[in-house]
Amino acid sequence: MGVVTFPGSLDDRDVVAAVGLAGAEGVPLWHADHDLRGVDAVVLPGGFSYGDYLRCGAIARFAPVMGEVVEAAGRGLPVLGICNGFQVLCEAHLLPGALLRNAGLHYVCRDQPLLVENAATAWTSALTVGDTIVAPVKHGEGRYTADRATLDRLEGEGRVVFRYAGSNPNGSLRDIAGICNERGNVVGLMPHPEHACDPLVGAGADGLALFSSVLSAPALA
Amino acid sequence: MSTPTVVVDTVAAAAEGPELDQPYTDLGLRSEEYGRIRDILGRRPTECELSMYAIMWSEHCSYKSSRVHLRQFGDLPKSERMLAGIGENAGVVAVSDDLAVTFKVESHNHPSYVEPYQGAATGVGGIVRDILAMGARPIAVMDSLRFGDVGHPDTRRLVTGVVAGVGGYGNCLGLPNIGGEIAFDPSYDGNPLVNALCLGVLPRERLQTAKASGVGNQVILYGARTGRDGIGGVSVLASATFDEDGPVNRPAVQVGDPFQEKIVTEASLEMYDRGLVVGIQDLGGAGFTCAISETAAAGGQGMRVTLDAVPLREPSMEPWEVLSSESQERMLAIVAPEHVDEALAVCARWGVLATVVGEVTGTGRLEVEWHGECVVDVPPASLADEGPVYERPLARPLWLDDRQADPAERLPRPADLRAALLAVVAGPNVCSPAWVTDQYDRYVLRSTVLAQPEDAGLLRLDDAGLGVAISLDGNGRYAALDPYAGAQLSLVEAARNVAVTGAEPVGVTNCLNFGSPEDPAVMWQFAEAVRGLADGCRALGLPVTGGNVSFYNQTGDTAINPTVVVGVLGLHADVRSRTPAGFTTAGEAVLLIGATHDELSGSEWAWSAHRHLGGRPPRVDFDAERALLHVLREGGFSSAHDVSAGGLAVTLTEACLRRDIGCTATLPGDPFVALFSESSGRAVVSLPEDAVGELERRCATVGIAISRLGTTGGSTLALAGVGEIPLDELRAAHEGTLPALFG
Repeated sequence: MGVVTFPGSLDDRDVVAAVGLAGAEGVPLWHADHDLRGVDAVVLPGGFSYGDYLRCGAIARFAPVMGEVVEAAGRGLPVLGICNGFQVLCEAHLLPGALLRNAGLHYVCRDQPLLVENAATAWTSALTVGDTIVAPVKHGEGRYTADRATLDRLEGEGRVVFRYAGSNPNGSLRDIAGICNERGNVVGLMPHPEHACDPLVGAGADGLALFSSVLSAPALA
Repeated sequence: MSTPTVVVDTVAAAAEGPELDQPYTDLGLRSEEYGRIRDILGRRPTECELSMYAIMWSEHCSYKSSRVHLRQFGDLPKSERMLAGIGENAGVVAVSDDLAVTFKVESHNHPSYVEPYQGAATGVGGIVRDILAMGARPIAVMDSLRFGDVGHPDTRRLVTGVVAGVGGYGNCLGLPNIGGEIAFDPSYDGNPLVNALCLGVLPRERLQTAKASGVGNQVILYGARTGRDGIGGVSVLASATFDEDGPVNRPAVQVGDPFQEKIVTEASLEMYDRGLVVGIQDLGGAGFTCAISETAAAGGQGMRVTLDAVPLREPSMEPWEVLSSESQERMLAIVAPEHVDEALAVCARWGVLATVVGEVTGTGRLEVEWHGECVVDVPPASLADEGPVYERPLARPLWLDDRQADPAERLPRPADLRAALLAVVAGPNVCSPAWVTDQYDRYVLRSTVLAQPEDAGLLRLDDAGLGVAISLDGNGRYAALDPYAGAQLSLVEAARNVAVTGAEPVGVTNCLNFGSPEDPAVMWQFAEAVRGLADGCRALGLPVTGGNVSFYNQTGDTAINPTVVVGVLGLHADVRSRTPAGFTTAGEAVLLIGATHDELSGSEWAWSAHRHLGGRPPRVDFDAERALLHVLREGGFSSAHDVSAGGLAVTLTEACLRRDIGCTATLPGDPFVALFSESSGRAVVSLPEDAVGELERRCATVGIAISRLGTTGGSTLALAGVGEIPLDELRAAHEGTLPALFG
């Protein structure tokens, strides 16, 4: 499973470790290489790629490696964007909508319950619709926004993968925490499943399911 | 690019030209200091040299008022674990055969008042580079924050700006913030304290030194371009008192770019691992001047620098400005000639600008050229190590006797203890800091085992479970009443906070925040605090690995409460067996270890109920403290929580709220004293009933008091003689304060 490092990526090594806990091998991918090194899935980790200058993820989408990611996603390769990675996926138009500054104007770090609403994606097949899992949120710009038609379509097509349960940490429209593309191979979410894999240093172990899901995804079979 | 047409003052002109009336007093130098510079050089200094001496001999850089006192820390018994200590960028402590940990706390008080966001952000950035310069990967930060009264009109600006700055920088840098403290007191009106700690880990063989050695080795400056920000930061801003009119030195505050620091960090670590670096120094206070003079002095050789090579943001900068700028995110590396290309390539790969700006020479002089002219030619040690040292006059403050003669133990005591408890736990100094800490990333890097609201931050260092705990504690009220005891109370609190997790305290860092050293009363407080801390460290057998002094925290004639912030590092053999602070299981025994006395002077109750500060702070009994640390370290508890500010009232509140597990208890002795006394050397523990007897035997063996309080469980905090408080009500009181004030 490839994990991209952009300059300013922060959770990249944490994702590699989480992938290892799920029983797969994390392969570091470098932003400047036109090379996915033959991986079977790609994770865009959290952080502040290129300092998040201009707009979160706006510069990262032009990184050389993103050309390969977009092309491979089109072929069905499972791609997961976490936090800043979600922002990059939106900027790269692999997912609709955008992430705005939190409604409270503060960065928020807390353990967040999430309602699972789609267990048919490459990254959620090990989960069950209706389950509540916990993963940390930690971001200043996680308020998911899209026009009403897009939101209606996402909900109508079952493409809201996770919704914030309990209180909404950032003012995200319709409590959306994560979404997927039409095919279900590309998923983006603001919470950090990689920080919910090892209870000793994270918020429980619910997040492991995302990484184990992709190991049995049809695209890999 | 146009060539500036500034007429530059050269060494040749200074040696041969006519005398000049030099503006040394404007730069913060005294006439005898200026005279000494002339004696050292045998001529008048050039404009550049004068700027360099002014900043390097500033209070902030030279420790000229504190040095004679700080020697007591160096005189403490050495620890075998200590690989680097005072005088280095940060202390380094061995934690295993392979690994070492480096940690240090530093102040950024004055800049944070002038510009709270950038002041706090660059405070974090500066301490992170200190840790990086030791060869370590920075792995966590902590912050100790003090602000004026919550009702002061400027407090909101400072709190929101500082917290956003600490978070904005640390979060973008990818460093977990694992704890710290926040306090409010009118003595900090106009003088907030922002003390930032960073902790790093390194393979022992990667330890770096800040030495420019090896004639012919190249000097590489890398990181951000140099601009006009932060000029005079250490001399004009940090080494002087604010006027009543408030600060005007806005341009003396640096501007931070955490993204630049992140890539500088990665590039530095890669250069270390490839063995490319002979010596390394960060550019912090006093900027390029400090880095070149300290590395040249430490190397014992000379250095020649071509100032024209320094990449600038503004080409019109004059040479003295380039030498004085405190632009952030810059590092200086000494690299052997055969490794220069590889070092530059590593920096390029990370997108970091790197430039050869000079070389190590055998002349014993620090020479700086600009536009082909020599503008600086000085012995480097005269800047770095041989600054003035003052034995400032000391005088016990005249007001102290009156204040000590007015103890809080005589204050009227409340009839309604339930209401008093709810009022104390809602106080801004002891309430839940979640509004602050929820703005900090505590998860990144996957090593945070414990963070706020636990007593200490605890980090996992390897897969076998080796870890380090760290706590940062201070109490300005205690030190105002007795600086000697106040410093010791901060030390023992930090040590307890580390020990409750199960860790063994192994090293101490400190940040000493005081008013003007030119005031004999302040200087007496400082001398007493240093003596107290040194004696305390000796009593606990702990080395001081480093520290920082911040003077001139005063407005007009009014100084802050003397504030000794102590960081204690603890070593944890297996973090998987750590003890958390909050109750974990219903139906377990709750016990108080340590003795409670009628000690309310300087307490949170006295302040919040009466705005009273008088008497003497709690006594420190080092035999009892050592015994408690021993019992705590042995573990065997389901939870263990230090008792400090706010007394048992706050300790029990926090223990219950952590996991929503209530407690029914009977307080020993006078319930008022039991609730609010801040006697030192105490902790509340919970454990299974069948383990109580064994714990009581352990306490008896080491000669420390232990008393049964009650049992965990239920959804209330029920205290005999006080009342029953539903946890929801307790939570509303404890957690509502900061959001209501600043949310």
